[in-house]
Amino acid sequence: MPHGLTAQQCRAMYRKMVQIRHFEDHAAEAYAQAKVGGFLHLYIGEEAVAVGAIAAVREDDHILGHYRDHGYALARGCDVKACMAELFGRDTGICHGRGGSMHLADASRHFWGGHAIVGSHIPIGAGMAYAMQYLEEPLVVLDFFGDGATGNGIFHEGLNMAALWNLPVVFICENNLYGMGATLAEESPVSDMMIKAEGYTMPAVQCDGMDVLSVYGAVQQAAEHCRSGKGPFFVEAMTYRFRGHSMADPELYRDKEEVRRWRELDPIPRFGDFLVQQRITSPQELAEVNEEVEAEMLEAVRFADSSPWPEPDSVDRWIYAKPIDPEAPEEAPSLAGDPAGAAT
Amino acid sequence: MAELTYREAVRSAMREEMRSDSRVILMGESITGYGGSYAVTKGLVEEFGPKRVMETPIAEAGIVGFAVGAAMGGLRPVAELMTVNFALLALDQIVNSAAKFHYMFGGQWSVPLVVRTVSGFGQLGPTHSQSFEGWFASVPGLKVVMPATPADAKGLLLAAIRDPDPVIFIEHSLLYSTKGEVPEQEGLEVPIGRAAVVREGTDVTLVGYSRMLLQALHAAEVLEREDGVSCEVVDLRTLRPLDYPTVVGSVGRTHRLVLCGEDWRTGGFGANLLSEIQDRSFDDLDAPIARVAMRDIPLPYSRKLEQQLIPASQQIVDAVRRMS
Repeated sequence: MPHGLTAQQCRAMYRKMVQIRHFEDHAAEAYAQAKVGGFLHLYIGEEAVAVGAIAAVREDDHILGHYRDHGYALARGCDVKACMAELFGRDTGICHGRGGSMHLADASRHFWGGHAIVGSHIPIGAGMAYAMQYLEEPLVVLDFFGDGATGNGIFHEGLNMAALWNLPVVFICENNLYGMGATLAEESPVSDMMIKAEGYTMPAVQCDGMDVLSVYGAVQQAAEHCRSGKGPFFVEAMTYRFRGHSMADPELYRDKEEVRRWRELDPIPRFGDFLVQQRITSPQELAEVNEEVEAEMLEAVRFADSSPWPEPDSVDRWIYAKPIDPEAPEEAPSLAGDPAGAAT
Repeated sequence: MAELTYREAVRSAMREEMRSDSRVILMGESITGYGGSYAVTKGLVEEFGPKRVMETPIAEAGIVGFAVGAAMGGLRPVAELMTVNFALLALDQIVNSAAKFHYMFGGQWSVPLVVRTVSGFGQLGPTHSQSFEGWFASVPGLKVVMPATPADAKGLLLAAIRDPDPVIFIEHSLLYSTKGEVPEQEGLEVPIGRAAVVREGTDVTLVGYSRMLLQALHAAEVLEREDGVSCEVVDLRTLRPLDYPTVVGSVGRTHRLVLCGEDWRTGGFGANLLSEIQDRSFDDLDAPIARVAMRDIPLPYSRKLEQQLIPASQQIVDAVRRMS
């Protein structure tokens, strides 16, 4: 197998992509039933990027993503029911209903969020990478964003600092050809985003974001580069979202023929066919995976739908890690530092 | 007690905390070789090295975003933004990242970050002479501190660095060279969220913070000497969370209140404070609450024009005289 992958790893990657696809099909259905509110951005079509990239690094390497974030959460192994319940706004949600679809996170799995201000997490990823370097932890950061983010100043500030300080962060640009409704030609003077890494002397590689093995290989190379102390690396994954920007998108800016052509490159059957050809699995086994995942998602929806709402009284919980109440009696002056702090 | 300038007090808090906690790092523009725009970080890179005192590109949003990430990764960053005017470039990271993560991600992690920045003026022109503490203080998830004295600057900065939440620590350029007694005991915090009655009085309460606290104290002297009016002066020290009990308690004794700020009258910090105190103290008040604030005009360069706009003790004296 390419990139030293085992048959078991390949089967696991296939299952992850199917999980993300089915999760989102059910999320879209729940959205249509008004059980999921707000904005819902589907990753359908782009699953190979999250799955290939996250499979290529250590389980404790850090991940930050943008608001189209269901794929990162599931690829990292976050609890499916808790993710679904978050979309439903329930207390059992992975963020107890505070974040919603765009803000999934699981610190215990080093998945540091869905970030919904475009590009804002790019310097945050660089800062986490600095902490790893400073604390001499052998961990790298995967920082996912879209082509649209490269037009934002914060993208350039983040790349500049990461390169300046030689930080172990892999910047993964999911080039899906659109920044919401803007075409590449409307938003960027170059159509290959990797060119933008050049000005920061950052090595860059482009991969086929519709091929999970291509992404895996690129990110494996990138992470190795970072972990060996050589500084940041830029990966551009050429991909496409089969659905609109969000559920509210009538898709007036792209033609149906283009969507149809990209759908032929669907990363899930493509990888499934490859695994059958390589005799790693059989069509029957793939069908079983689909059935098992579908059952898992039905159960997740049932769980979310029957979960309790957050208690009204809990609405002001977690504004601060250390709430200070000036109405409380004064304590003696303190000499000691506060032991609470960031999760590790 | 040792006599330190405000600048030295801020520096000594950072130095002490960096000596006792290796997770504490500083970052900012021209804070190493140059020593900081207001020379606050002078000498620190020599003691702690460039890994802990980081010279950054001129990129305010990037600096704060990076510091948020460093905090999430286990460090205790203190990010310096050269002035509060430049902090506008970092508003997104302060408001949408630092202030939101603990809440939005269901308490999974906190952001132990201090953003040090500076208010002030002095013929710097409209873009370099503004006060935005009210903006920051309006954001749940932030703690906002504005010390007036060297002792509070040191003690509050120690508390801010040790606090697990993001703290906006606003210094004042015109206070850096003021001197005051600072306890010599190392590591002594001044608690965040506690105002102080710094002068007791019976006739009227003057509430201030940062430079306006000194203006209020001066006004209190003038009023006592010239009018025989006894002023109680409250230093807020922390704007969020705000110590309402101390203000309400003082109003309960004096029945008159003047709020002293340097920011614009419209939407300024005092506007919110006034509304809250009116709710809490209405029955105690013998006169409408008065405000001293900046007129709603950009602060111009010309010395003559600038001077006529800057809130100072005379306006506080006038406000009290109008009450009686």
